[in-house]
Amino acid sequence: MAALTVVVVSADREVWTGEATRVVARTTEGEIGILAGHEPLMGLVAGGEVRILTTAGATVRAQADGGFLSVANDRVSVVADAAEIVD
Amino acid sequence: MGAQQRVYKAKINSTSSLRKIFKAMELIAASRIQKAVARAQAASPYAREITRAVSVVATQSNVDHTLTTEPDTIDRAAVVVMGPDRGFAGAYAANVIREAEELITLLRDEGKDVALYTVGRKPETYYTFRDREIVRSWTGFSEAPTGADAREIGEELLASFEKDFSAGGVDEIYLVSTVYRSAVDRQPEYRRLIPLEVVEEDVAAPGARSTASQDEVFPLYEFEPSAEKVLDALLPRYIDARIQSALLSAAAAEQAARQQAMKTATDNADDLIKTYTRLANTARQAEITQEISEIVGGVDALAASGPSD
Repeated sequence: MAALTVVVVSADREVWTGEATRVVARTTEGEIGILAGHEPLMGLVAGGEVRILTTAGATVRAQADGGFLSVANDRVSVVADAAEIVD
Repeated sequence: MGAQQRVYKAKINSTSSLRKIFKAMELIAASRIQKAVARAQAASPYAREITRAVSVVATQSNVDHTLTTEPDTIDRAAVVVMGPDRGFAGAYAANVIREAEELITLLRDEGKDVALYTVGRKPETYYTFRDREIVRSWTGFSEAPTGADAREIGEELLASFEKDFSAGGVDEIYLVSTVYRSAVDRQPEYRRLIPLEVVEEDVAAPGARSTASQDEVFPLYEFEPSAEKVLDALLPRYIDARIQSALLSAAAAEQAARQQAMKTATDNADDLIKTYTRLANTARQAEITQEISEIVGGVDALAASGPSD
């Protein structure tokens, strides 16, 4: 299956970037799960955790605060005012 | 030692201690350029993503947002002058202020009122000294601006943008700042921040490879919850990001200007020391020559008066 290219950026730096099979985030409308081939989407991130399942099978959890999520051509960017990786 | 020589020695001493200071400041500035550039580059993915997102929303929806629509009449424009907190940077501050003055003249010629905002102590003193009214000034972070600083400026500007003209509000906002291109190439520039002209402007940070997305055709997006809401949330952030990248670029430019100015100062100190050393040597030689001729003259006089003994 095709993989997603995921970028998590905060205002002052790029927090995480890599390949993933699935991204789960919370938008203002509710939880959303994104797999490869998702239609182009732009949504507001409501805060809370973004879970990224990498192609290697690990889960990366990023705390993202305010911002947006955009999906297009299997490329996911999570842009937050403040974001960090939580273990 | 003669008076002349002592004067030159004192000058050489003071110049060489100044030279040490200049040299130290040059080295400090040189190391800070790297840090400032790295910071600007670290922030550039954010600016890039935001810019891309704003372009997407603006091109794909027919949302009329106050920040993007050109107002019918523009009565007052805000000008934000971004300068340094400290001097010792050559013409850096003067250049950015000159650019601002040009812009202000231009706006006045168009019949617009100008509301002045300053960042950095130097522009602030320039305008307070001339009794020009400053609406708001921010100081203390010109060398290492943070996201919070940019946000503060952005909020203040947006607040005054939303106010009516009669309440002191503005209809457009300009940023005047120095753009860092490389260690030797920096240019004071002004750009209009609001109303936004979306957006195919390269906001890439100094040194970063330019974005490949220039001619990209955006796919059709779904918006969640709606294009208006997304744009509402995006635009203030976009403005903050623009301000932030202008501040970071200016910070790098400031350090580069300081390094260059201090390099020149060090070179000039070297020249001065050389000149004074030459002069001191000449003075010493002249003194010796004079002493010799005095001695010889004395001997001659003694010899002439000798035989009478």
